[in-house]
Amino acid sequence: MQSVVVLFPGINREHDMIRALEIASGRKPHVAWHTDTALPKGVDLVVIPGGFSYGDYLRAGAIAARSPIMRAVIAAAEKGVKVLGVCNGFQILTEAHLLPGALMRNAGLKFVCRTVRLRVENDSTFFTNRLKKGDILPCPVAHHDGNYYADEETLKRLEGEGRVVFRYAEGTNPNGSVNDIAGVMNERGNVIGMMPHPEDRVEALHGGDECLPLFLSIVEEVAA
Amino acid sequence: MSENAASNAPVNEIDIEITPELVAEHGLKPEEYEKILELLGREPTFTELGIFSAMWNEHCSYKSSKKWLRTLPTEAPWVIQGPGENAGAIDIGDNQAIVFKMESHNHPSYIEPYQGAATGVGGILRDVFTMGARPIAAANSLRFGSPEHWKTRHLVSGVVAGIAGYGNCFGVPTVCGEVNFHARYDGNILVNAFAAGLAQADRIFYSKAKGVGLPVVYIGAKTGRDGIHGATMASAEFGEDVEEKRPTVQVGDPFTEKCLLEACMELFENDCVIAIQDMGAAGLTSSAVEMGAKGNLGIELNLDAVPQREEGMTAYEMMLSESQERMLLILKPEKRKLAEQILRKWELDFSIVGKTTDNLRFKVFHKGRLVADLPIKELGDQAPEYDRPWVEPKVQPPLKPEDVPAPADYNDALLRMISCPDLCSKRWVYEQYDYLVQANTAQIPGGDAAVMRVHENGKAIAISCDVTPRYVEADPFEGGKQAVAECYRNLSAVGAEPKAITDNLNFGNPERPEIMGQFVRAVQGLGEACRVLDFPVVSGNVSLYNETNGRAILPTPTVAGVGVLPDWRQMATIAFKREGDILMLIGGHGTQLGQSIFLREVLGREEGAPPPVDLAREKKHGAFIRRLIRDGVTDTVHDISDGGLAVAVAEMAMASGLGASVDTLPPGSPHVALFAEDQARYVIAIAPERLEQVMMAAAEKDIPAAPIGRVEGDRLKLGEVIDLSVAELKEAHERWLPEYMEAEL
Repeated sequence: MQSVVVLFPGINREHDMIRALEIASGRKPHVAWHTDTALPKGVDLVVIPGGFSYGDYLRAGAIAARSPIMRAVIAAAEKGVKVLGVCNGFQILTEAHLLPGALMRNAGLKFVCRTVRLRVENDSTFFTNRLKKGDILPCPVAHHDGNYYADEETLKRLEGEGRVVFRYAEGTNPNGSVNDIAGVMNERGNVIGMMPHPEDRVEALHGGDECLPLFLSIVEEVAA
Repeated sequence: MSENAASNAPVNEIDIEITPELVAEHGLKPEEYEKILELLGREPTFTELGIFSAMWNEHCSYKSSKKWLRTLPTEAPWVIQGPGENAGAIDIGDNQAIVFKMESHNHPSYIEPYQGAATGVGGILRDVFTMGARPIAAANSLRFGSPEHWKTRHLVSGVVAGIAGYGNCFGVPTVCGEVNFHARYDGNILVNAFAAGLAQADRIFYSKAKGVGLPVVYIGAKTGRDGIHGATMASAEFGEDVEEKRPTVQVGDPFTEKCLLEACMELFENDCVIAIQDMGAAGLTSSAVEMGAKGNLGIELNLDAVPQREEGMTAYEMMLSESQERMLLILKPEKRKLAEQILRKWELDFSIVGKTTDNLRFKVFHKGRLVADLPIKELGDQAPEYDRPWVEPKVQPPLKPEDVPAPADYNDALLRMISCPDLCSKRWVYEQYDYLVQANTAQIPGGDAAVMRVHENGKAIAISCDVTPRYVEADPFEGGKQAVAECYRNLSAVGAEPKAITDNLNFGNPERPEIMGQFVRAVQGLGEACRVLDFPVVSGNVSLYNETNGRAILPTPTVAGVGVLPDWRQMATIAFKREGDILMLIGGHGTQLGQSIFLREVLGREEGAPPPVDLAREKKHGAFIRRLIRDGVTDTVHDISDGGLAVAVAEMAMASGLGASVDTLPPGSPHVALFAEDQARYVIAIAPERLEQVMMAAAEKDIPAAPIGRVEGDRLKLGEVIDLSVAELKEAHERWLPEYMEAEL
C-alpha cells in the first residue's frame, strides 16, 4: 500500500493518523504539503487528517479546499484513487465538493471531545470491509463543527444508495447531525469522510483497539 | 544605524513631560523613579520610562517575591534546568527531557475571559517550545467566584472556551486541571495554565545570548498595538474601572502559534539558533533585555525593521506591545538563508532587528534616532528587589471532632458533597478540551493524575495540579505543605515517581504585611515539603495584587507536578475493576474535620485548622503505594483528599459503575471517619488473595493498612449510615455544572 497524508498549516492530528496507518500496514505513509502540486507517484490512498487548517478562520476546511494540493487530490479521486478525510479532512472534502453536504457548528455550540458509539452502516467500503453492518465501535470525537447537514434530496440519495457509512448510535450523536450521520461516501465509493477519530482508538493505550479493523480494511482493499 | 546617533543622548519621540503623575501611571513608585534618575544621570525619555515600567513591575521583576523564592529547593540529580529560564527541565532517561511550567493569566481573564485565558495558554506553550520541547500536554487550575455572583457564569464560559479554542487548535491535549469556586474570587478569578513538552535532553535551548555582533532576529506574527502595558496591569489591584482595561488584553491566534511551533522545531533541528526567548509579558522589551542581561551582552534594536501590523506605531508602543505569537532569537549568522526559508515556508515574518554588543547597554533606534539607551543589567537581572515587611499570619485553632455534629441524614450529606460546585464532575469543562490529540493520552481527565505516553517503549509521565486554598488561608505554612503533598499523592496514586514541580503563587497585595505574611509562610511550607519529598521546584510564576477594592483572594499557591512511570501499562486508575476485590485503607482512619468539605457544604461552617501534613508519612506512604502498583499488586488507587474517605470511595464507584460496601468503620460517630480529610492516605482495591501480602508489607514499614470492605453490586454502602445506588450518585455528581451553566441569567 502506498499512502500519502496531506498536510496543510494548522493540521494537528497527522501524527495520530500516520501512527494508525503504520500500525495497520507496517509502512510509513508519504507526506504531501499544501503547496505541492502533485501527489507522490503510485499513491493508492490519500488521507487528510484532522486539525484546524489555516486556523479554520473562514469556514472549517474552506481555505484548504482551495489550496494547490487539493487540485491534485481531486484529480486523483476522479481517477478512482481512494481518499479518506477525518474531521477537518471531512470538512475539507465537503468544501472541495468531493463529498456532499456540509459540516455546521455543533448543535450545542461548544467543542466536544468524548467517546461516542459508532455504528457501521455499510460494510462493503474500502474502510469497513473487515467489519459487519450493525457493528458498534467506541470511537472518540473532537470537533467544534461536526453537525452534518444535507438537503432533503441529497439525504434521500445518500440513504437510498447506502452511502451513509457510519452513524452515531445509542443516542450518542454529539453534534446534532441529521439522521445521526457520522460518515459518508461519494457515489463511486472511493471517497469517504467522517467526523470521529478512529485513529485515536487503535491500541490498548487508547482504551481499546476497536477501530483498528478500519485501517486493516484499507490495507486489505488497497493491497488487493 | 549611525555611530553618531549612538553617541548622543536619546531623544523623546513624543513631546511629553515626565511628571510624577505619569510616573505613577506607569506603576513606578517615587523611590523607583529616583533610582532611574540616579542610574541614568538624566531624565528618561518617554520610551525609556515605558521600558522601566515594563521591566520593573512585579510581574516581570519578582521584586517582592525574589527573596523568598530563593529559599525554595531547586536541585536534584534529574533537574536539567531550574527556575530562571523560560521553563524548567527534568531528565527522564533515554536522552529525553520534560520541559514544563505554569503561569497565571488572572487579570486579563477577568477583564476579557476568552482572550485572557486563550493567550494564557498561548504564552505557556511558547515558554515550553522556546526551549526546544514539543508540547505534549496542557493543564490548568481555575478558580472562580461564588456561583451566585452575577459574573461567574460568564467567566466560566469564556475562560473554558478560551482555553479550548487555543489549545485545541494548537493541537496540544489538555489533560487535567482543577475548577473551584469561592466568593473570595468574585472580583479576581485565577487562570493558571500549565504546559509540558518533550525535548531531547542534550538539545535544550536557552535565552542566554552568546557572542558579540550577532544578529538578533524577530520571528512570528507582526507587532500591533494590543496588550500595551499588560504586565503593568497584571501588577495592579483592580478598582471600579476594571472594565476600561479591556484594550490591554491581547488577542490570541492559535493557528499562527502552531505554525510558529513547527517553524521553531525546524530551526532547532537545523541548528540555527544560539539563544531564543519568546515575547511574552512586556514583549520586545523583556525578551531583548533578558537575552542580553543573562548573556552579559548589550543589545541594539532597530525598530524600523520590526514587522508591524499597524501604521504609525511609536517606539514606545512597539517596545510595550504584547502582541502574541512572537519570538526573538540570536541566529547563527551562517544559517540566515536557511532560517529565512523555514519561516517563509510557515508564512511567518523573519526580520533581523538588531545585534548583540559588548557594552551592556540596551539601545533602541527608531527612524534613525536613538530613543532609548539604558543599562541592560539593571533593567534585567539586577532590577530592584524588596524585603517587604510581613507579619506572622493568624492561624486557625484546631477543631475538635466532638465539636462537629453528625449530619441528620448521611445519604443526603454525601449527595450534597459530591454534587457541590467544588467536588462535582467537571465533565462540562473537560469535554470542551481536546484531551486526545497526539494519541498518547493513557489517562483522561477525571482521575488522580493525567498520564501521557512519551516513548515507544511505554514510558509515560503523569501530571497533577493541586492546592487547597481554604487550608492555606487557615494556616499558610501547613497549606503550602499540603499543596505539594497532595500533588505528590496524586502522582503516586497513578504509579508515577514524583520528580519536580512548577508553582504558581497567587496572592493579594504584597505591600500589606498580612498578605506578605501569607506569602512568606506558604512559600516556606512549599519549600519544606519539596525538600522532604525530594520534589524540587524547577519553574514558576508569581501573581500578586489579586485584590479587588482592597479585598484579597484566598491565598492560592498552585502546584503542578510531573512524575514518571517506566511503563504506562503499570498505571493505576481510580475506577474499581472487579467485583470481589478487597478495599483497603492505607494511612489509617482520620479525625480532622477542620476546613473540611463536610463542614462547609453540610454544616455551612468554614473554620478550624486544616489537617496537618506529616511529610515523612507522605513520603513513606507514597513510596509504599507506588511499590504496590509497580509490583502489580494493585491497579486501583485513589488518594483521600476533599470530602474524606466517603467521597474517595464514591468517586471510585462512580468511575466504574461498580458498588462497594465498607463495613469496618471505627467505633464512635461514623461522620468523623467518613468525612475527615487527614493527609497521607489512600484507598486501594486488591484481589482477596493479595491481602496478606499487603498487610505484611505494610506492617514491615509500620504503615497503617486495613481491609475496610469490598467491591460488589451497584450500591455504595458505607457503614450502617450510607446506602445509595451508584447511578443515583452519578446523577447527582454529573448534574450541577451543566445545570448551572445552562440556567437562564
